[in-house]
Amino acid sequence: MTLTKQDIGRLLAKQGILIAFAVFMIGFALANQRFIAIDNIAGVIRSSAILGVMALGVTFVVIGGNLDLSVGSMMSFSTIVVLDLHDKIGPTLAIPAMFGLTLLLGAFIGFLVGYLKLNSLIVTLGMLSAIHGLTLTWSGGKNMDIADKSGTWFSFFGQDRIFGIPMPILIFALLAVLLSLLLARTPFGRKVYAVGGNGQAATFSGIPRARIVFFTYLISAFCVAMAGLLQASRSLGSQNTVGQGMELEVLAAVILGGASLLGGAGTVFKTVVGVLILGFIQNGLLLVGLDFYVQYIVTWAIIILAVWLDVAAKRGRLWSPIA
Amino acid sequence: MTDPTPVLRLEGIVKSFPGVRALDGVSFDVRPGEVHALMGENGAGKSTLMKVLGGIHAPNEGKIFIAEEPVVMTSPMQAKAKGVVFIHQELSLADELTVAENIFLGELPLKSFGRVDWAKLYARTDAILKKLNVRFTAKTRVGDLSIANQQMVEIGRALTVSPRAVIFDEPTASLTDAEKVVLFDVIADLQSQGVGIVYISHRMEEVFKITDRISVLRDGQYRGTLITADTDEDEVTKLMIGRSLDLSRNESHHEMGDVALEVRGLSCGTLFQDVDFAVRKGEVLGFYGLVGAGRTEIAETIFGLRNPTAGQIYLNGREVRIHSPIDAVRMGISLVPEDRKGQGLVLSMNCRDNMTLPQVDDMTAGPFVSDGAEIAIFDQYRDKLDIRTPGWRQLVGNLSGGNQQKIVIGKWLSMRPDVLIVDEPTRGIDVGSKSEIHSLIRDLAAQGFAVIVISSEMPEVLHVSDRIVAMYSGKVMREFTSEEVTEDNLIQAISGITEKVA
Amino acid sequence: MTTDNRKEILKRGAIWAFILVELAFFSIIGDRLSVSDKAFMDYANMLLLLKQSAPIGIIALGMTIIMINGNIDLSVGATFALAAIVLLDSMTWPFMQALGDWAIPLAWVFALLTGATLGAINGLIVWKTGVDAFIVTLGSMLGFRGLVFMFNGEQPTSHLNWTLVDFAEGHFLGLHTPTWFLLCAALVLWLLMTRTVHGRNAYAIGNNREAAVNAGIRVGPHMLLNFILIGFLAALSAVVFYSESGSVNPNDGMLFELWAITAVVLGGTKLAGGYGSIISTLGGVIAIQLLRKGLGHIGADTQTVNLVIGLILIAVLILDRQLNRKGQGELKI
Repeated sequence: MTLTKQDIGRLLAKQGILIAFAVFMIGFALANQRFIAIDNIAGVIRSSAILGVMALGVTFVVIGGNLDLSVGSMMSFSTIVVLDLHDKIGPTLAIPAMFGLTLLLGAFIGFLVGYLKLNSLIVTLGMLSAIHGLTLTWSGGKNMDIADKSGTWFSFFGQDRIFGIPMPILIFALLAVLLSLLLARTPFGRKVYAVGGNGQAATFSGIPRARIVFFTYLISAFCVAMAGLLQASRSLGSQNTVGQGMELEVLAAVILGGASLLGGAGTVFKTVVGVLILGFIQNGLLLVGLDFYVQYIVTWAIIILAVWLDVAAKRGRLWSPIA
Repeated sequence: MTDPTPVLRLEGIVKSFPGVRALDGVSFDVRPGEVHALMGENGAGKSTLMKVLGGIHAPNEGKIFIAEEPVVMTSPMQAKAKGVVFIHQELSLADELTVAENIFLGELPLKSFGRVDWAKLYARTDAILKKLNVRFTAKTRVGDLSIANQQMVEIGRALTVSPRAVIFDEPTASLTDAEKVVLFDVIADLQSQGVGIVYISHRMEEVFKITDRISVLRDGQYRGTLITADTDEDEVTKLMIGRSLDLSRNESHHEMGDVALEVRGLSCGTLFQDVDFAVRKGEVLGFYGLVGAGRTEIAETIFGLRNPTAGQIYLNGREVRIHSPIDAVRMGISLVPEDRKGQGLVLSMNCRDNMTLPQVDDMTAGPFVSDGAEIAIFDQYRDKLDIRTPGWRQLVGNLSGGNQQKIVIGKWLSMRPDVLIVDEPTRGIDVGSKSEIHSLIRDLAAQGFAVIVISSEMPEVLHVSDRIVAMYSGKVMREFTSEEVTEDNLIQAISGITEKVA
Repeated sequence: MTTDNRKEILKRGAIWAFILVELAFFSIIGDRLSVSDKAFMDYANMLLLLKQSAPIGIIALGMTIIMINGNIDLSVGATFALAAIVLLDSMTWPFMQALGDWAIPLAWVFALLTGATLGAINGLIVWKTGVDAFIVTLGSMLGFRGLVFMFNGEQPTSHLNWTLVDFAEGHFLGLHTPTWFLLCAALVLWLLMTRTVHGRNAYAIGNNREAAVNAGIRVGPHMLLNFILIGFLAALSAVVFYSESGSVNPNDGMLFELWAITAVVLGGTKLAGGYGSIISTLGGVIAIQLLRKGLGHIGADTQTVNLVIGLILIAVLILDRQLNRKGQGELKI
């Protein structure tokens, strides 16, 4: 009797997020046929792609045992920079230049957290503010727009399709597959898990902890640059606060996917699921006629339930033992 | 001695956990003004007994009496209210707070509106500190105190009530000799006030010095109570382990090769100074000493985790500089660390991944980790070391201590090191696995590894070592061969007594 | 032990020294570069500075006690916005309008109750589920924001009550009303954290939770109380700010949590808990506001402020690490 209850608990904890996802999808599909129409699904994935690409990078940072709160303002930076440089040096040079600058920021954070071993929460909090300032300074506090919107091929990444698949979806999927292989199948990925799971044991096993952490931030910055490119290419113009607040949404998706904030647990695939859940809930609630703010409240409930189930399964009881 | 009412009495305590009978009918009593030692090997049930007494575990059977009144313990706080106080081995202090706040943690004296009554707090603390005869004040921040003084604060906590019984759990583990004297004075003082003392310790000489009676536990069972004055160490030992202590020395010598690792004049700040030793291929070199003698720190320095302040390290005759564990691993040095869970293993990873962690870079097929090569290594060392696990997918966190340790050893053996350093190889491991690991260490030496074993257990060092280095307070006191070593000269060496003709 | 004491004084004094350096810098160098004729250290300017510190400052005070307790609260910005909406919206309710100016204190009570309730929700979830406060409040940051949008969609909520505005813009003994709120809140919390059992236990829990539990301190209620307090303070901050402005945008208060945390960390409170002080946080808040105004004074773009604050935060972290190094023979992990 208790055994079966435990088994259910374990199953819920392990695959709870997938089960919840399935229940949601079926529920929405029953409520509104349009929900499972191909173009609707494609639309959801497409609008989640930017958040998703960022979440892929943050997954590495979180599994490595750190946090990255700077991805939102870094994404604003990438977007503004690439739009600004587009008109100044042309898209062919602007894109690599923007990637270079964003990676430089990532390297700086990676250096502070990895090599100087500073607290990642505060470092990336500081960088959130600093990069925000940098972006505002770069743009002079103004919005950035491409002058000739119809005459540039720059819209390719955000607006075109290949084989009928929108580019953002393609890029998100491709990046997800590549990063999933990197994390799950390569020695580097294994070391990320080790460093996040038990940093001391990793050091005692001859793993260069600082370097691994450094690279997780570099990967995160790369993903941010990619997200910035998608954002800029989609809109061809942007406010300089476009990524504001996204850092926490991204983190929510990663946690929803089951990555532990303590590090050492999570997968790229689960993060993708987390991102899609957020996207589909938003879409599904709208389709069944609920106001847009309901998604916030539902997301709140889902995040807490997901993590609660996870910790409850680990400690073997639902309620916390805190007196 | 007449038989006054015992302050604390346990009767037939039974406590089972799934699969284990941790306590099986334990009875003993503490009389007022008595120091009663509780002895037993690791895992004999002492700590479970304490947890039952403190209300953390409810006993399945049996009764607890305080002054012959039956009580049901629900929490350490309730026990304290009834006059039974625990002083734990691990310090449980808030180091940013003051001494006074720590002593009265959880029971700060109150004024109206939930305000702290500082005047009363400091007055009561001063009274307690006076009793303890310490030099710090009530307003000192606990983080600024030495470990020994922090222990005094912990003891001070016992004195906030008028205790009937105080239970000391290994109180001298981190104290110097001078500090021990103060502690024993405190105990004597409590004794004279008619408080009953339970004194848990491994150290025979202390037990024989200060206790009146000795109760012994073995494998969760009560083995009897002896009157200290009428017994000797041998009798207690026999009661504890069921036979005389096996102090047999290693006798199987095999051919030794060249010197694999040599250290000259190695120092690291205040941790250890001017250490010289050498270990040959095929040899087991034991490091024996008290906790804090600097043995682990030497190992960490050789493994590149600390920067030496002076001295040289020679590997196969060549001087080397080791800046990080990465260097050490590359040069063929491996370290099985002291803290298995904290430093040896990533508990959230499976058996195979833990074992292949240091060499995962070399086990690739194209850009990816080669599953086959990894599983081959795991299988090889699982069989070789007889690791009992349902499969490589098992998380190491779910294995027993002995099997976990074998995973760590396997991890380093598979690197085929020249020098293997093993720090406290059998800490927290059951008796059966212990002897397996001992014979494993001997086997490794026979295969030509140079092995360094660091241990705080004398039988273990005697048992596995070809030579023994005795350390005291950061210095090498003496080196013994297994022929010349005796219990006495070893103990003298690690206690800092240099020359005394045996 | 004297070196420890010296280090302690250095730590506590650092933020005030930093404020002095800022003042000196901006009045000497600043007045030369200044775009206006007014001196930086102008009395009215300083008063205004204190007033402008109040909204973030009051929240930062709450964040201090939460962090001392070993938790964190990312939802204060949303709580701030929701309390503001309740404040302004409630005054448009028919029965409230019938009360005339007596609606003001009632509206305040509604707003403050809202804040305390939201805080209690966070606290209860943290206590009862055992989920980390970071995650719980990350979730409620979204959830509370959803409640904000529920009131008026993406439209701003406005209600201007001139009695209220007069009060909020008023002076009392030379200081602006918001400044008084900030100072009173600081005083009360300082007394709470240094003089009461709740405060001392909160320190103990943040410092060594296991020790606190072993000593029989009930961790849950203390955490709950602190969450209620920070919710209340976020609402108080909204009351102070919106009594004057009279209009709240549903996105108001975003990133306030980050500013508050920045001020608290600048003030030297440990992220891990157990160490920190209300007074130092006040210093942190003033330091940030000084920087803001000072950079404006020397004609730097307002944008630079973010850059400078971010870099200073990181510099503080590096400095702190250097101060705490153990030196020779340290284990390199």
